[in-house]
Amino acid sequence: MARKTAGMTNQMISAQGLTKTFPAKGKVVEAVRSVDLEVGAGELVAFLGPNGAGKSTTLRMLTTLLPPTSGDAIVAGSDIRRDPAGVRRRIGYVGQGSSGGHTQRVRDELHAQGSFYGMGRRETRARAAELIESLELGQVAGRQVQSLSGGQKRRLDIALGLIHRPELLFLDEPSTGLDPHSRANLWEHIVDLRRETGTTIFLTTHYLDEADQLAERVMVMDHGQVIADDTAWALKESLAGDRVSLTFETAADAAAAAARIGGAASGQVVTVTAPGGDRALPRYIRSLGDAGLDVTAATHRQPTLDDVFLALTGRTLREEAAHAEASAEPALA
Amino acid sequence: MTTIDATARPTGFLRDTASVFVRESRPLVRDPFSVIFSLVQPLVFLGLFGPLLIGASGGDAAGTLQWFVPGILVMVALFGTASTGANLLFEMQTGSHERTLVAPLSRSALLVGRALKEVVPLVIQGTIVVLVAVPFGFSLDVPGLVAGLAVLAVFGIGFGALSYTLALACRNRDWMFWMVHQTLLFPLMILSGMLLPLEDGPAWMQVAAAINPLSYIVGAERALLAGDFGAPAVIGGVIAAAVTCAIGVVVGVRAMKRAR
Ligand SMILES: Nc1ncnc2c1ncn2[C@@H]1O[C@H](COP(=O)(O)OP(=O)(O)OP(=O)(O)O)[C@@H](O)[C@H]1O
Ligand SMILES: [Mg+2]
Repeated sequence: MARKTAGMTNQMISAQGLTKTFPAKGKVVEAVRSVDLEVGAGELVAFLGPNGAGKSTTLRMLTTLLPPTSGDAIVAGSDIRRDPAGVRRRIGYVGQGSSGGHTQRVRDELHAQGSFYGMGRRETRARAAELIESLELGQVAGRQVQSLSGGQKRRLDIALGLIHRPELLFLDEPSTGLDPHSRANLWEHIVDLRRETGTTIFLTTHYLDEADQLAERVMVMDHGQVIADDTAWALKESLAGDRVSLTFETAADAAAAAARIGGAASGQVVTVTAPGGDRALPRYIRSLGDAGLDVTAATHRQPTLDDVFLALTGRTLREEAAHAEASAEPALA
Repeated sequence: MTTIDATARPTGFLRDTASVFVRESRPLVRDPFSVIFSLVQPLVFLGLFGPLLIGASGGDAAGTLQWFVPGILVMVALFGTASTGANLLFEMQTGSHERTLVAPLSRSALLVGRALKEVVPLVIQGTIVVLVAVPFGFSLDVPGLVAGLAVLAVFGIGFGALSYTLALACRNRDWMFWMVHQTLLFPLMILSGMLLPLEDGPAWMQVAAAINPLSYIVGAERALLAGDFGAPAVIGGVIAAAVTCAIGVVVGVRAMKRAR
């Protein structure tokens, strides 16, 4: 695989103290507060956080769309402040909105995008055909962008972001608003892309399951700060632990059991967090049974990233999402 | 997949401008009827206003058309380019403008390429208007028409650039774009003597017309379409078009550089 490496090091993104404040109605919104980031070549990183956490703002600074209030970053070998053009040539960016012009035809947009990146005519056409094929846009290639479905538009956005074979691809909520089938489809494309080309991928998402299954590295952002950064597995292991729940005959038994094993009783059910919950479960059943507290049902659940977020912030991401959807902002924050 | 290294190559202002121009022009090429469709309004003016003017002038159809058709040409240029910022406004809302800002395109090219595109529909529409008027007695002077369209094209680039500037200044506030657009468009049009002569109007109107660059364009078009290259009005129109163009492009490029 012939691929130019960015700069001297193997780092794709290296940011120190990135900060962005916006003036808003006399107050100052601290959208991003002193974020440090290190992403190596070939990594797939999911940037997770509730609405307004500062994910898009961070991406917009890294992609040279917004100048940081303070802090610096080297992205794909170029400094975002001193050489924004160098950054732009090397990265692909799929924003939170839809990138295709509404009255443009799909194939025309891909051709225009190729010329924007200085590609030759023949090369652009070949590359556009390749992307149309691999992102399954063949049926709609001659149609106007405004006539596409949400999933088709999103696939076009990704094709546009990939036209010049960037070393580093930023994706801002690539799967938001898609049905589960289209989401799964899109993810397959992203995973394939990474496997086949080794592209470094940095994406934001609200979907915990997505980050959980597909990215080996998860960064959690909240109130403008990165509050956790590790593999999904390590985050869950260190921050959340497994959930064991035990059901008893009576609430009194449950309360007694909770007191013994240090869990929380709610009605007849006791929940307890334990590292290595699968091994803890038979132990609990045995020792509680010996004490005359018979367990009638037991479950063991692996922690989710939602549990991680809860452990970190005391809030759940689901609550946040429901809250944000209720006070829905326009799609482009 | 074979990975030929295709990471973008550096481009220059001219190449970028051409890329933006081609992208902006493509919908016109794909759907030429949209160009003709936006001719309905000027043709309605020509068809309904023309006979009234001819009647008022005492029946000299050819002479009246000679006076009126150049005004309609300027109207085509004015209306076509004034609302072009709405496209950019829309692209800023969807995210396709953001996509062009992340591409390694020169910011000036993003504006200039768009503004240059205005020339295409303008020239096509202007030619159609003139051709429609010929059977009704308008006498066509081909070099005059070419020169007239050239002056209009220069004006259109500048006015289109101003419309884009307005769009950049009004991002996320469509209503403000349309309010400014509506507030300026009709006074500019009426106070240029495009549709009705202003010679008999009150003094304040004549003062307003004198500071309206469009009045000079209208004057120049009347002279040029009659083949009168030597008329003093021609110089006034050329200067007005060039100044509009220069101001539009300078202000527009500055706005685009600050855009995000
Ligand atoms: N241009 C702006 N002007 C003022 N405030 C802004 C601007 N852009 C973002 N903000 C504010 O900065 C904060 C972070 O916004 P950002 O869009 O980065 O969040 P996000 O994590 O991407 O959220 P979402 O999941 O909703 O996309 C929010 O409080 C937002 O209102
Ligand atoms: Mg966002």
